[in-house]
Amino acid sequence: MVCCICKAKPATVHLTQIQGDKVQKVDLCEECAKDKGVNDSTFAIADMLLGLGASQEIEQAAGGPDVKCPKCGFSQSDFKKSGRLGCAECYTTFAEGLEGLLKSMHKGIRHAGKVPEGLRQTRDLVDRLGLLQKKLAKAIATENFEEAALLRDEIKQISSRPANPVTTSP
Amino acid sequence: MELNDFLISPAEVARRKGPHDRIVMSSRVRLARNIREGVFPGWAKKPERVRVLDLVRPALESLPELKGAFSESMEHLSTLDKNLLVERHLISREHAAKREGSGLVLNREESFCVMINEEDHLRIQALRPGLQLRQAWVAVDHLDSVLEKKLNYAFSPELGYLTACPTNLGTGIRVSAMLHLPGLVLAEQINPIIQSVNKLGLAVRGLYGEGTEALGNVFQVSNQMTLGESESTIVERLEKVLAQIIEHEENARATLLEKKPKMVHNHIGRAYGILANAHSISSKETMNLLSLLRLGVDLGSFPSVERSLVDELILMTQPAHLQTVHSGKLSAEERDLLRADMLRGRLKPVSRPVAKTGSGLDKADN
Repeated sequence: MVCCICKAKPATVHLTQIQGDKVQKVDLCEECAKDKGVNDSTFAIADMLLGLGASQEIEQAAGGPDVKCPKCGFSQSDFKKSGRLGCAECYTTFAEGLEGLLKSMHKGIRHAGKVPEGLRQTRDLVDRLGLLQKKLAKAIATENFEEAALLRDEIKQISSRPANPVTTSP
Repeated sequence: MELNDFLISPAEVARRKGPHDRIVMSSRVRLARNIREGVFPGWAKKPERVRVLDLVRPALESLPELKGAFSESMEHLSTLDKNLLVERHLISREHAAKREGSGLVLNREESFCVMINEEDHLRIQALRPGLQLRQAWVAVDHLDSVLEKKLNYAFSPELGYLTACPTNLGTGIRVSAMLHLPGLVLAEQINPIIQSVNKLGLAVRGLYGEGTEALGNVFQVSNQMTLGESESTIVERLEKVLAQIIEHEENARATLLEKKPKMVHNHIGRAYGILANAHSISSKETMNLLSLLRLGVDLGSFPSVERSLVDELILMTQPAHLQTVHSGKLSAEERDLLRADMLRGRLKPVSRPVAKTGSGLDKADN
């Protein structure tokens, strides 16, 4: 087994992190372990594992190392080097590769916290729209055309509203 | 204005009171935020970072909550200033290394401190003495809500607040408390506690955050996951876990006193002996011994001493703070001498510890 950082020397330090039902294993050579500050204490391990797991995940992700963010020019290999992204747009550019990574490091992959006030109403509308569209599809599938027509009208009405309802005229 | 004139005196800092401050030294909640149009600081070129700083700093200065705040670009702060801020846990070591294009806004009470262009465009922190996680969250939430009206945050309905590092994505929140746990360390129960806290998805770190050792038996406990649950849920989990750690620490202290009084008083007595009599002492040794002195105060070994004296010394004996009371640059050796002088001076009126132990041996473990 070779070290998962330098990929050259044999791994002699083996770490396992168990978080809930997720198990993550990392194998390091002595030098890389020292480099990453691994010793007998357990303090930094969880932290360090997130970083290591991260680069493994992103490597397995689709897209290839040549994909660059159209806005800031950040590439997947830059991410591997730093563990950071280049700009907000990178989250769209590398969305596919990030999903698995986010799953491994977070409770969920959908935001469940605070929403800026200006976006709150917009988001409610987006949610409502999604729900209506699902209902519409179901209505059509079950040939309930009367309901489908009503749903279609409501969707039309919501979609035609200004994008940011906070700035609507008095 | 000079930073050192702005900062609250260490004596005053040490006198601040909060719930459970016997064990919980301080609480902090920080939010990571970014500007939608900007490239993240770690990837942005200098002119871009300066542009973001020039956009964000005036917005912060205009908030009523930050009226009269100390606001400065990092290149105008000396190394000493930056180290003072690190020793007070107001900025990270990473931020102390920043220069042009990064900044800091700190309010008078030192209850809000915003780092600009650290890893993210904004790291908004609310700080409180003792165990006040919820109060810190409410305060930082409010500040953030006012600020979001002035700045266009990078936010996605699915992923939440977009951050440079995916580990902060979503809420961008880090809720943390600094704990003094000498009982658990002396009772050798600290490692299993750390492991079980880790299993709950929480991180345990040393005195100065990521990758630092637990000097002076001080540990920081914080959340790691930021996406998929609300800020309140995260704060609640921390509160629950901290309540348990506090209980374990109190139990460890009580058990030690009952079963191994000699061991405990030996540690406290030796700590007092060295601190009150040394003529040269390093900051690391000082931290570790002051921790035992603090334990002694908590256990009633020093009836005439307030805990705030120990907390003041913990701050004052650190390298940058020590430097501020002396003109001229000090070498490490000179600091060790001056540190010892300060400790002897301040501990002179403190009587030897009272040990309520009889003669004889500690009970053996079984």
